[in-house]
Amino acid sequence: MALSTPEAVETAPAKSDIAASHTRRWALWFAAIAVFVWVFYTFALPNLGSSGQTIVREWMPLGSVNEALVWVICAVGLNIVVGYAGLLDLGFVAFWAIGGYTAGWFMSNFFNQISNGFYFLSAAPPNQPGIHLNVWLVLGLAGLICAGAGIIIGAPTLRLKSDYLALVTLGFGEIIPQVFLNGADIRGFNLTNGALGISPLDNVSPLPFGPSTIAIGDASIAISKPLGPFDTTAKYVMFVLVAAFAVFVSLRIREGRLGRAWLAIREDELAASMMGVPLMRSKLAAYAVGAFMGGLGGVVYAVHNNSVFPDRFNFAISIILLAMVVLGGMGNVWGVIVGALVLAWFNSTGLPQFGDSFNQQFGTDINFPSYNYLFFGSILVLMMLFRREGLFPETRTRQVLQEAERSDAEELDGGEV
Amino acid sequence: MTANVDTRNALVADGITVRFGGLVAVRDVSFTIPERGIVSLIGPNGAGKTTFFNVLTGLYRPTTGSVTLGDRDITGQSPHKIAQLGMGRTFQNIRLFGLMTAAENVMVAMHSHTTSNLLQIVARTRHNRKEERDSRDFALELLDFVGVGKHADEYARNLSYGDQRRLEVARALALRPQVLLLDEPTAGMNPQESAVFVDFVRRVREERNLSILLIEHDMSVVMRVSERITVLDQGEKIAEGGPDDIRNNPRVVEAYLGRTGTEGSAR
Repeated sequence: MALSTPEAVETAPAKSDIAASHTRRWALWFAAIAVFVWVFYTFALPNLGSSGQTIVREWMPLGSVNEALVWVICAVGLNIVVGYAGLLDLGFVAFWAIGGYTAGWFMSNFFNQISNGFYFLSAAPPNQPGIHLNVWLVLGLAGLICAGAGIIIGAPTLRLKSDYLALVTLGFGEIIPQVFLNGADIRGFNLTNGALGISPLDNVSPLPFGPSTIAIGDASIAISKPLGPFDTTAKYVMFVLVAAFAVFVSLRIREGRLGRAWLAIREDELAASMMGVPLMRSKLAAYAVGAFMGGLGGVVYAVHNNSVFPDRFNFAISIILLAMVVLGGMGNVWGVIVGALVLAWFNSTGLPQFGDSFNQQFGTDINFPSYNYLFFGSILVLMMLFRREGLFPETRTRQVLQEAERSDAEELDGGEV
Repeated sequence: MTANVDTRNALVADGITVRFGGLVAVRDVSFTIPERGIVSLIGPNGAGKTTFFNVLTGLYRPTTGSVTLGDRDITGQSPHKIAQLGMGRTFQNIRLFGLMTAAENVMVAMHSHTTSNLLQIVARTRHNRKEERDSRDFALELLDFVGVGKHADEYARNLSYGDQRRLEVARALALRPQVLLLDEPTAGMNPQESAVFVDFVRRVREERNLSILLIEHDMSVVMRVSERITVLDQGEKIAEGGPDDIRNNPRVVEAYLGRTGTEGSAR
């Protein structure tokens, strides 16, 4: 046993210092990339030749980047539940849906019972019915509503052990979208508008104050101008900010006492409780924080689409999110971001574009996008076979998952009663 | 020391019975741990030691009987509550958080002594920063105390077996317990290591000012360290007393010889 202690470690800097510099490096990279993308689409793209523009518009439209950011926000939230606390959640789409509908309720003409409209720092045109709140307020509201929903869902279910928990969350992931689908007539009250969904949503603006736009060169940058459906660059800035907030929160929490409690629960639930960690409370906290981010993702998704439809919120979303977390490296926020970006892009743009090129090249007529789950499934199977720890695993888990399984041998001499 | 140990009790278990269906695992066992005492619970395999232990730590609810820690009734409380009230424990087969560093392992046990809420953690308020610093300092102090201070930033699973045992003690001490329960702490140690461990247990009691309950198979350790020994057999308490009483108690000898032949009684 003593042999497994590497001597070199004693002279190395403390693990916490390494982790901090590691975090700083990744954060800098992502900030740089985010700024680069914005500069590229705002200034460089309009000056590219037409063929260059076509390639970018086909292979990397900003719309698909924005959508990928929605996935990032939700995947980072799911990572708190699955990666940090080790609770398998197969119904994360429920929070995404609740967040989306919160945006629908508080940012549209939908509640036309309020005929004069209720406005608060909104960029929507005046004198319309319905509730019109500022989008940032709606983000916070949706987060809180989802956190509350997470606690309500979690309270009875989190007592269950892993597999059963997964099944129950799966159920909730199915139930919530069904509620929205069938919520057009709740004793005469139209809560969700059924399959028609809520559309359009209010225009949002990046900020509720300031000049409407600023011009730099020949590009104009929106500040408080209401954003139409095609203002993808401005929306990109907004989505990046929300994603950065989600990442910031999940990194900070990981460091503190709550993050340690989650890790301990993931490692050994019984031992954690014997060390004074309240299991239910800690798990509920993980669930609530994850749900909060799911809510943020839901609002951002609604803004991205300018609408909410119940059939968008299907089971596949929960599974894709889980695949993103697993592919990126469970528990490592940066890995999860990469996983989410890659899979989301692949799903929305990469695969269809590849399919088109392939079909043109070989004169075939294969519908590639319809095989997307085949690809996802294959990726997951290959990952489990060859790189179980994910592309960018947490430092902690890297070591274990690359080692041979030794728990079986350890069980034998445990002699536990 | 022995003269005044029974002035006050750190823990009192009164008339504990545990039934699993028709099986009575523990029958009407009463038991006390005197303040600042070191007592042991022994018995052949299947005597109900572990079941009794699990009642004390809140894992099982006793069918009848009550457990009092200090002056609080903790019968049927949840394990984390009991831990917070001042009961630390180690595990027979080490249960550290393998992928957390030694310091982090100890800091987990300080959960109930820290108060930062979610918002304070995210905002990293002054309170939270101070708490984190204090936790880390106390963790390092405890690690030094048990002798694994230089491994503070290594993952627990990479420590040597003996260090893992010590780390478990440090983690339990972070709860600032009144009572420390050690479940077969010398399992897997050779005689020299066990001897060192006996001294270590005494030092923990002296310097951390707490009471210690040992469950132990190694009779040489039990006889050397305990001020009082309780013997369980088939779920019942068959003897209680100082090491010499137990050594010469015919019922104890019978219980051991009757089951395993050579183990225990010879020593």
